[in-house]
Amino acid sequence: MTEPEVNLELAIEHGLTKEEFERIENILGRTPNFTELGIFSVMWSEHCSYKNSIALLKTLPRKGGKLLVDAGEENAGLVDIGDGLAIAFKIESHNHPSAVEPFQGAATGVGGILRDIFTMGARPIAALNSLRFGSLNDPHTKFLFEHVVQGIGDYGNCFGVPTVGGEVYFDECYKDNPLVNAMAIGIVKHNQTASATSKGVGNPVMIVGASTGKDGIHGATFASEEISEKSESKRPSVQVGDPFTEKLLLEASLEIIKKDLIVGIQDMGAAGISCSTSEMSAKGNSGMKIDLSKVPLRESDMSAYEIMLSESQERMLVVGEKGKEKEIFEVFDKWDLHCEIIGEVTDDGILDIDYKNEKKAKVPAFDLVLGGGAPVYIRETQRPDYLDKLNSEDLSKLPEIKNIQDAFIKVFSSPNIVSKKWVYEQYDSMVRTNTIVGPGSDAAVIYIKDTNKAIAACTDCNGRYVYLNPKEGTKIAVAEAARNVVCSGAVPLAITNCLNFGNPYKPEMYWTFKEAIEGMGEACRYFNTPVTGGNVSFYNESPDAAVYPTPVIGMLGLIEDLSFVLTSSFKQKNDLIYVLGEDFEEIGGSEFLKIIHNKVSGKAPEIDLTKEKKIFDLMNELTKNHLLQSAHDISEGGIICALAECCISDEKKSVGAKVEVPVKSRLDFSLFSESQSRIIVSVTAEKQKAFEEMLNKHSVPNKFIGRTGGSNFEINGNTFDLSELNEIYFNTISKKMNEE
Amino acid sequence: MKPKFGVVVFPGSNCDHDAYYVTKKILDCETEFLWHKDTDLKNCDVIILPGGFSYGDYLRTGAIARFSPIMESVIDFANKGGIVLGICNGFQILIEANLLPGTLMKNVSTKFICKDIFVKVANHETVLTKNVSKNILEIPIAHGDGNYFIDEKGLHSLKENNQIIFQYCSDNGEISDKYNPNGSAENIAGIMNKSGNVFGMMPHPERCSDSTLMKSDGFLLFNTLIQNIIK
Repeated sequence: MTEPEVNLELAIEHGLTKEEFERIENILGRTPNFTELGIFSVMWSEHCSYKNSIALLKTLPRKGGKLLVDAGEENAGLVDIGDGLAIAFKIESHNHPSAVEPFQGAATGVGGILRDIFTMGARPIAALNSLRFGSLNDPHTKFLFEHVVQGIGDYGNCFGVPTVGGEVYFDECYKDNPLVNAMAIGIVKHNQTASATSKGVGNPVMIVGASTGKDGIHGATFASEEISEKSESKRPSVQVGDPFTEKLLLEASLEIIKKDLIVGIQDMGAAGISCSTSEMSAKGNSGMKIDLSKVPLRESDMSAYEIMLSESQERMLVVGEKGKEKEIFEVFDKWDLHCEIIGEVTDDGILDIDYKNEKKAKVPAFDLVLGGGAPVYIRETQRPDYLDKLNSEDLSKLPEIKNIQDAFIKVFSSPNIVSKKWVYEQYDSMVRTNTIVGPGSDAAVIYIKDTNKAIAACTDCNGRYVYLNPKEGTKIAVAEAARNVVCSGAVPLAITNCLNFGNPYKPEMYWTFKEAIEGMGEACRYFNTPVTGGNVSFYNESPDAAVYPTPVIGMLGLIEDLSFVLTSSFKQKNDLIYVLGEDFEEIGGSEFLKIIHNKVSGKAPEIDLTKEKKIFDLMNELTKNHLLQSAHDISEGGIICALAECCISDEKKSVGAKVEVPVKSRLDFSLFSESQSRIIVSVTAEKQKAFEEMLNKHSVPNKFIGRTGGSNFEINGNTFDLSELNEIYFNTISKKMNEE
Repeated sequence: MKPKFGVVVFPGSNCDHDAYYVTKKILDCETEFLWHKDTDLKNCDVIILPGGFSYGDYLRTGAIARFSPIMESVIDFANKGGIVLGICNGFQILIEANLLPGTLMKNVSTKFICKDIFVKVANHETVLTKNVSKNILEIPIAHGDGNYFIDEKGLHSLKENNQIIFQYCSDNGEISDKYNPNGSAENIAGIMNKSGNVFGMMPHPERCSDSTLMKSDGFLLFNTLIQNIIK
């Protein structure tokens, strides 16, 4: 096969700019050959290089707290939870592949994030996700939704990791560009972690796991452009997943790490061999001499270019310790996986790539990678015009909705509010037998065996708030995620983030991104929850529009004692119901405004981090003293929806309630307001005194609003039958999915 | 003396550690992992074929696993009266290995289903269920292929020999289509062989055996089994 001539035109076709092409020529002192151009183009793609985001990401709090490695140092963040144990966790997007091939796109998203975890030496113990689709009335959206869910389930279920939580939202803006963010959590002993590094001249470089095929070539580049009509033709850029092989790869990888046979290990995700060889070498200040003829191939007619860029799944690059090759082979042989020595570590910092006795590439590893020679840009910013227009809308002029009965049923039936049971029953949420609280509560709670502890985890982001106010909206995402783990009995520890935005070359988009980062940094510093790492996904745009800026927060919290675990549902009759926090009748960007008035406008709710933190401190003390029966944060749909959820979210046991919530100026706004920093708690009568004493001590605004019991949910004179609410809550999505 | 348990590990088994944890840590019985490439059953008294996706469920659930070297020993052990319990994928393997009759097809919904369900103990005269303190057990299921099918003749024979052990039901024991999660014939959730030493069930008792998870009906079953065969 003759290789095309490399020139500026070809470089631009590869997604590089003129300046970047010149920079490559300067680095090499010559024009790159075809394989080298391919390597540079994927390594300098947005997806691998973070070139338009890294400068801003560095402003986030990336160390401190309980972090054992700084953000960006390894494949995933690592957080100390005591007892010599650490939690590795990370979230990552697979939006573009899922837009064109939802099943495989979502499945390989899960596979990729799981590898990021076990390449650290950690055993995955839980998976979560955060999904966004268009309106559920749209047939194409149903198709995407159905297959994304199936893809996530198929991969996680077979691999044997419980999918314990997440969030799903529907909004027209995500119609052509769904968001599929997958998060994984693993556990590792402090002294058994692995590093993605390469050093020690003469150490063997090995490729292990699946063989290499032509799938996923230029997947990273595909992720770095907008979705268009041409995207359909990129379907071959989507990788194909094999969770069975991944499960074997997990066991084999953990075994070689535990037996101390290796120097470093890195998974092959985006940009395959190119990325793993260059990143590991750059991290260890070394080079590699590689012979691609040794790579096990799925098809025989592959070029060096294709082998270097293939994103075939379920592969790892391992740098072994010289002399221990035999033992490493034995482990992979036991698990029936490939393990081939494809080269060795050198000390010249060069990736020296041969194929079939021909020199195919000679590139300094450092110049390829993020933090090394990859370009770093800060883009132009401009505040978008739409903000003033939407923010200035006077919502108080909206006619008051008098028929609360009807309005509530409409809002409560929104696919954004109802239970995602149709989704999570397709996920194995219990394998590994650590799931104390599975999907459907504020956060998932995972037991840490052989301790008396658990971790809590959730994903959160309300894209509408971020759209209406990028900075405050992102603060809310962090605060809500923290509130959710707090409502489960945990202390927030750290976050991972998945930043889904539009095209960074559009100044309005970049302004939004910058504001979001600032808000996230502020909130994370305030709550002492450093950012352990994550993923940036730009170019979430289709010909019609960009998605709402959606910086998804994956929050990790620690529950110090199993007796602290809380869930959102009311437990029994005659308990007292209180609301902690204060309402400000904030209806901007709310679910009520969207469903009842078909608007996404106004101001996003305000967030005061000081008030939020006070509530966390109060909750922490209430939890430690076992004074609460349940806790549930107030979010989309306002206090009325939150209370209804408290009544029925435990499908096995509904508990009614009769409440009178305070009204500021008008009932409809008070009931559906999405003011932040509010939590509904229930307390037994016998603990009322101790509970109220604690409230007084903490000076958090609060209000007794009623009692549990009965077979209805009664709120300010409106009565709803629990079985009717149950039917709506648990069956709306499945009904919609079964409609033709 | 308490019995010794063996948990077979196939490539793709993923409930192996869960079963091991219950028999070893919760029930305090000696327990060994048995590797699929080995043939030694290490003197175990009860063999568990755990849940998961042996061989990725490729070809057909359980179809490849049953050709593993260890399965020859398991079949031999079963034929000699040894107690074998197949859970979920383990049940599928036992069927493929002809140790249990019938077949397990895709759920009627065609979707994987994971949730807590209720089963009624249909036969109290087995080593797994004799003297179990509850008649209706709450146990999770997690499978895509749990739709039990058997022809008329086979079904007749199952009934005649009291081989049906568990049937899906409501929380108060009503057996009807409404409480059938996967389309199984006669709501069958678990069966045994004629001689009463090989058991297959789709629900996962190992997932509800640890009081930390606030579920205990699986513990009742394991504990009953141990009491009934204690040496």
